[in-house]
Amino acid sequence: MSLSQLARALADGTRSARSTVQATLASCERANPRLAAFQALAATDALACAERLDAALAAGAEPGPLAGVPFATKANLCIAERETNCGSALLAGYRPPYTATAVERLVAAGAIPIGTTNMDEFGMGSSGENTCYGIARNPWDLGRTPGGSSSGSAVSVAAGLVPFALGSDTGGSVRQPAALSGVFGLKPSYGAVSRYGLVAFASSLDVVGVLAAEATDLATLLAVLAGPDPLDATTVRIEGPGNEADRELDGLVVGVARETFGPGLDPRVEARTNEALAALERAGCVLREVSLPLAGQAVPIYYVIATGEASSNLARYDGVRYGRRVQGDDPSLDAMFEATRAAGFGDEVKRRILLGTYVLSAGYAQHWYTKALRARRRLVHEFDAAFREVDVLLGPTTPTPAFHLGERVDDPLAMYACDHLTVPASLAGLPAVSAPVGTVDDPAGGATLPVGLQWVGPRGSDARLCALVAAADRLGAPFTSALAPEVSA
Amino acid sequence: MTNADYAAVIGLEVHCQLGTRTKLFCGCRNTFGEPPNTHVCPVCSGQPGALPVLNEAAVRLAVRAALAVEGTIRATSDFDRKNYFYCDLPKGYQITQFDAPYCQGGGVRLASGRTVRLRRIHLEEDAGKAIHDRGDATLVDLNRAGVPLIEAVTEADLQTADEAHEFLTALKEMLRFAGVSDCDMEKGSLRCDVNVSLHRPGEPWGTKVELKNLNSFRFVRDSLEHEIARQSGLLERGAGHEIRQETRLWDADRAETRVMRSKEDADDYRYFPEPDLPALVIPATLIEAERAALPELPAAKRARYTETLGLSAYDADLLSSDPVVAHLFEAALETAASPKSLANLIANEVVPALAEPAVRARAEHGHPVAPADLARVTREVESGAIHANGGRRVLELLVRGDERDVDRILQEEHLLLVTDEAALERWCRQALVGREDVAREVRAGKTKAIGALMGAVMKASHGQAAPERVRALLQRMIDESEA
Ligand SMILES: [Zn+2]
Repeated sequence: MSLSQLARALADGTRSARSTVQATLASCERANPRLAAFQALAATDALACAERLDAALAAGAEPGPLAGVPFATKANLCIAERETNCGSALLAGYRPPYTATAVERLVAAGAIPIGTTNMDEFGMGSSGENTCYGIARNPWDLGRTPGGSSSGSAVSVAAGLVPFALGSDTGGSVRQPAALSGVFGLKPSYGAVSRYGLVAFASSLDVVGVLAAEATDLATLLAVLAGPDPLDATTVRIEGPGNEADRELDGLVVGVARETFGPGLDPRVEARTNEALAALERAGCVLREVSLPLAGQAVPIYYVIATGEASSNLARYDGVRYGRRVQGDDPSLDAMFEATRAAGFGDEVKRRILLGTYVLSAGYAQHWYTKALRARRRLVHEFDAAFREVDVLLGPTTPTPAFHLGERVDDPLAMYACDHLTVPASLAGLPAVSAPVGTVDDPAGGATLPVGLQWVGPRGSDARLCALVAAADRLGAPFTSALAPEVSA
Repeated sequence: MTNADYAAVIGLEVHCQLGTRTKLFCGCRNTFGEPPNTHVCPVCSGQPGALPVLNEAAVRLAVRAALAVEGTIRATSDFDRKNYFYCDLPKGYQITQFDAPYCQGGGVRLASGRTVRLRRIHLEEDAGKAIHDRGDATLVDLNRAGVPLIEAVTEADLQTADEAHEFLTALKEMLRFAGVSDCDMEKGSLRCDVNVSLHRPGEPWGTKVELKNLNSFRFVRDSLEHEIARQSGLLERGAGHEIRQETRLWDADRAETRVMRSKEDADDYRYFPEPDLPALVIPATLIEAERAALPELPAAKRARYTETLGLSAYDADLLSSDPVVAHLFEAALETAASPKSLANLIANEVVPALAEPAVRARAEHGHPVAPADLARVTREVESGAIHANGGRRVLELLVRGDERDVDRILQEEHLLLVTDEAALERWCRQALVGREDVAREVRAGKTKAIGALMGAVMKASHGQAAPERVRALLQRMIDESEA
């Protein structure tokens, strides 16, 4: 059942929150051994939460917009007293004393968190494989990645287990798994949704995002999640959805950056993208080619800034206050720091901390970090210029459909390269949505794999962008969203 | 060669905790001396996912400090992260200001007329406290983590250990009067690091040595004197005795500095802009509001006390070195007998008592003694109703929290002088009995001899006879007995 159907059924009394949560937990338990979407289900808490809601509704309380809707949370969003390990061995057993603002707002709207999902450690990865807890599998083909780092969140939605899930997106960690798993993924504008309680990877890029089964759900969720938070000084108020005309495809000026169609783009993905653009043109959109030269340099800019910030953000995992402490034979404090971090962090996290430490070091920062900040500002100006010409930018979300698990784990550069279509919007802080645009068949294995189309709007235009994605979805093929056949069959 | 051939070049870095109610980036109380880790939250204990939010009250006090030293306040400045690992640093970095501090320039004038220029002042958070003296384990107390600090950095304008001491004293007084901080070095709310190098006048500056662990102004002076002597000793010995660029700790027990770390071990703090905080924007309206609210600073008070009130330079210095004292003086001034008598009473009874922790603690929340009571005592002394010593006694009791009112204290402590003529005559007559010898001496012009008779009167009256009256009465009676 979709989010809106669930909320309506609860509001008119045809279904209780308890029965919904019970059914959801049961299907999650059945599916999880095969999909590894969840790290842990919070059955007791979720049922208690549902019972409280049912009692409140029975007593005449007004149902919130998400009343009784179960959802999954990525394991880097703090929930008080619930293990929030960020996919890291270092934080095994860590139970934060507080709850993230994003989770709190959803709960206040009536939604019920039912479990935490698997993810790449601290959000560092594009395949969900960088973790010691469980590698989520793509429900369209269990041998493939669902994408990452919000891998389990994408799978929980793609497999129809929950109507939506929270993820986080630093360079594409919501949009890329949404595309590879065939669901909608919204990365809001930087600052639109509070980061309070989102465990930091790269603070100037991190945003809390949502993965959802239906296009119309994005706007509903955005309305609940967005808005300034006194606990996050970087939050801002975003624009409303605009008037009727702003939400129509007819007359919409769609920019297509040629840079996004460069080498490395899978011809099948390119074909789906072009079909989608043609359909939009038929619906009255005006296509216009734009140029974003620095977008081609976005991956190196992104990796310098993101790793620099990460090296600082992850310094707090020192074994002193929380997490697993390792003390070797050497009783010194420095030795404890080293042993704790050596044992607790995985290879990819260590690689990025080393990179980030290097780019911020005295004598190197000028050549790397400072230069990357300058390039980032120029990229923002390029986007500003483009949005003076067009309303939205469209292109493929990922260069290829879902790849095989294990295929790129030993090749970090190949793994980083698959972010090159999503990182430009992250660097510029722009809202972006990945929406399903049909599937492609894998010639080798016969698997059918989803393809995602990325919509990028000017900063703060999140609500309008969600409305436009929903309008495109109403056009039908090729804007078809379907649950993975493996589960829906 | 002698030490005198070398000139010292000294710069100071002064950390001062701001006296805000709450910490710099969270709502925890800014306290001292509370049980460990009782004022901590997700933000100041560095929990994953927690974010800093700037406390505006800290910005106001920082602005006030900048105004007190006449620095230039930037409309927009930035926060940066200073990265290093230590167990008392919960996030693994300190939020500070590196490239763009909120205040530049300004200075502090010394008595010599020279001004010590400030290079900058920046706003930052304090670290927690690591406690190493409880058995094998190191304990960490995070109550101090996130307490707001300003760091003032001077130009290398200071030339002697005494000048450094004078500068610190003046800066501390300014910050205390401006209400920025209590500047209590024992509580660590004021801390100081020193840089010093030697050179021959006209030649380039020598190698710079940093001194740390200076927990009092006296330590600053002592360590500088020691370090200047050590460095000039090395310079005299010449080749093979180079001064190394290093950080040295002051060991007060041994009265010497020793190496803490050399330059090669210096940390690379990997400063970069703090992405969790927007730029620090200080509006002109805030600056003007703080300027309007800025109390009179010590230098201005001192000038006013000597020029307008006619106090001595010594009294003016004493009254303007502590805001508690100055505020008390000014509150009692209007109804006191005279500025001088008030100054004396405060100097003798209030200033020494403020060194007692209990008295100081009461003074935190207001005056250590009601200004009206203080003024009244000066008037009673002036009118002769009580003796000067009696006045001091009343103050001694009031400052230590005696809850009786002044009238009751005067009664119960027998401090009111007897001025009744009949009683005084009776005591004097008794004192003269059998002391014709003294009377003769007095008549012969030895007026000092009258002291012996006065002693007897005071004894008989239990010290309550008004002494000037007694003296006059005795003189008259001796004179009359002759006739
Ligand atoms: Zn706190």
